[in-house]
Amino acid sequence: MSTILIRGAKVLGGDVQDVLIDGETIAAVGTGLDAGDATVVDAEGQILLPGLVDLHTHLREPGREDSETVLTGTRAAARGGYTSVFAMANTFPVADTAGVVEQVWRLGRESGYCDVQPIGAVTVGLEGKQLAELGAMHDSAAGVTVFSDDGKCVHDAVIMRRALEYVKAFGGVVAQHAQEPRLTEGAQMNEGVVSAELGLGGWPAVAEESIIARDVLLAEHVGSRVHICHLSTAGSVEIVRWAKSRGIDVTAEVTPHHLLLTDELVRSYNPVYKVNPPLRTEKDVMALREALADGTIDIVATDHAPHPHEDKDCEWAAAAMGMVGLETALSVVQHTMVETGLLDWAGVADRMAHKPAEIGRAQGHGRPVSAGEPANLTLVDPAYRGEVNPAGFASRSRNTPYEGRELPGRVTHTFLRGRATLVDGKLA
Amino acid sequence: MMRHLISAADLTRDDAVLILDTTEEMARVSDRPIKKLPALRGRTICNLFFEDSTRTRISFEAAEKRLSADVINFAAKGSSVSKGESLKDTAQTLEAMGVDAVVIRHSASGAPYRLATSGWIDAPVINAGDGTHQHPTQALLDAFTMRRRLVGEDALGQDLTGKRITLVGDVLHSRVARSNVDLLHTLGADVTLVAPPTLLPVGVEHWTCDVSYDLDAVLLKSDAVMMLRVQRERMNAAFFPTEREYSRRYGLDGERMAKMPEHGIVMHPGPMVRGMEITAEVADSDRCTVVEQVANGVHTRMAVLYLLLGGNEPAVSHARPTDSENK
Repeated sequence: MSTILIRGAKVLGGDVQDVLIDGETIAAVGTGLDAGDATVVDAEGQILLPGLVDLHTHLREPGREDSETVLTGTRAAARGGYTSVFAMANTFPVADTAGVVEQVWRLGRESGYCDVQPIGAVTVGLEGKQLAELGAMHDSAAGVTVFSDDGKCVHDAVIMRRALEYVKAFGGVVAQHAQEPRLTEGAQMNEGVVSAELGLGGWPAVAEESIIARDVLLAEHVGSRVHICHLSTAGSVEIVRWAKSRGIDVTAEVTPHHLLLTDELVRSYNPVYKVNPPLRTEKDVMALREALADGTIDIVATDHAPHPHEDKDCEWAAAAMGMVGLETALSVVQHTMVETGLLDWAGVADRMAHKPAEIGRAQGHGRPVSAGEPANLTLVDPAYRGEVNPAGFASRSRNTPYEGRELPGRVTHTFLRGRATLVDGKLA
Repeated sequence: MMRHLISAADLTRDDAVLILDTTEEMARVSDRPIKKLPALRGRTICNLFFEDSTRTRISFEAAEKRLSADVINFAAKGSSVSKGESLKDTAQTLEAMGVDAVVIRHSASGAPYRLATSGWIDAPVINAGDGTHQHPTQALLDAFTMRRRLVGEDALGQDLTGKRITLVGDVLHSRVARSNVDLLHTLGADVTLVAPPTLLPVGVEHWTCDVSYDLDAVLLKSDAVMMLRVQRERMNAAFFPTEREYSRRYGLDGERMAKMPEHGIVMHPGPMVRGMEITAEVADSDRCTVVEQVANGVHTRMAVLYLLLGGNEPAVSHARPTDSENK
């Protein structure tokens, strides 16, 4: 087995230490470690984090391999510093059976770049009518722990209640895409001043907030845990804060783009900014940042949503919703949370590795950087600044809203169970 | 003048007055026995209609032909678009065919803006109505009609300062309302929107106009009342309870019209839903300008096309044949 010595990194942004990797495991953490015959990675000025975990990724395989495959998506993940991603169920066919989730899981293992934990659909075909075989997906080789109809909301209160109750049998969690369907019919962007001016159908904040309010009450009623995907409004933050203060077992995520971008950008009618939930207002962005800082929002999740060029190079109404995010997430978090003083790097590790692994029960991920732990690690150069150039993305799709924007930070190395998947910014 | 006409909000006061003044010149051409100018001879204009609109398309076509342009009409129905061709591909095809301007109508808000700014095409783009966003030439023809009726035919150089204009009905889904609010404000008018709260967009309080739910209160001080079309399917979507209830609260009948100042006019972008939003008595009265608006639509579009495609002199004098041409 190979040995690697990461020399002089700031572990979680704190003390400068050496980290010795032996095989798949961290052998030692300390100062002045003897390199022996280990491969040495000079990490001076860099920050060592646990390998990032994304609880919300769209890998598109099976069915939309023109957008992304498990291989290209996991290569993108490695470039972004991720060692584990949870793959959403809205594939073709939908990941609503043990067979499909096992297929995705095996493709992830074969890729070698990142562990892939499939998310199972809550309902058959994401249709919101009949529960999918949640237990069979959990019992499969994929060991599904997270269930979601993401892309669609489980809007029927009875189905949602049953799902929350049912997954208690095996410690699962339902991740809700909170979108009241009737309130968002024809919706194209955030409902507000800009949508009124642009004549685009409005997606009101209350369509998200009303479902979150309902679901936290349902979770409380049945004594289950619920996870809320991609919070986008200040009101959603308030509801989650209230639910947590009441002791309800709720966790929540925010995407990097909702921490940075606002609906003012839609004035360009450029579909690269078309996303679900939509970009909101400055007030919402500030509330989301504060909530991530104070722990009301537990984690950052990318909602990495690759689409081919032609699905975005068109008029706004015809364009697909979503943005790629795996390769820029950490930079956006550094920009919006670290450089604003809202989070330190230990906080980043908590929101992007520890907590998502905990919510999704990702074995061996999000662990402390200490001896005996699996060597899933990410090395970041925080001093780097550069313009985002999607031409260099590993993702098959390039629908990033950050093209040409200067962002800080660069993932230089990623290690998956002791094996480098990214070296000096290049895929291994 | 700007290169494209996408939104009424893009027009400065001077731009708008120039268009209205040019429209006046174009209107005079239409009074001549031969209603044609050579201004756009040799230019090709494509009317790219992704959404049905016979009235607007014919109006543009008439304007283009009166300026001697060559006209290509492209309707999405039954075309390559219905076979899945994108707006981008269609635009690039037209560009390759050498069109000099594109007049576009599209059901998607922002489609003309994308066409003008995405590098798909180099020609000037004129928005002939996009989704619920904008219909700038409609606003210009409305403003022209108001200026003629409320200021007079000798109003060259003047705007609509101090005129009180009321727009009534489905503001939420109306590109006409958005365009008119923008343009009329630029021209100095005081605009009031009247509608049930369900048919007003969130954020309307930030628009450059007043808002009222009470038509009767506003009519008394309205120099012009523009009724907006209400689509009957809105009733099924619970925007208002019944047609009868809507008509009772927001319809314009003779009794209500009588509350307006004597000089006040009634406008409608058409097509009118008689009986619901406007009674036949009002629609057929001398105070109703619907037919004038249609005629002025051609003149306005002539003015816009002329100015966007390079006209930088008074249109009619420019078009007048020189002595040498007479020989």
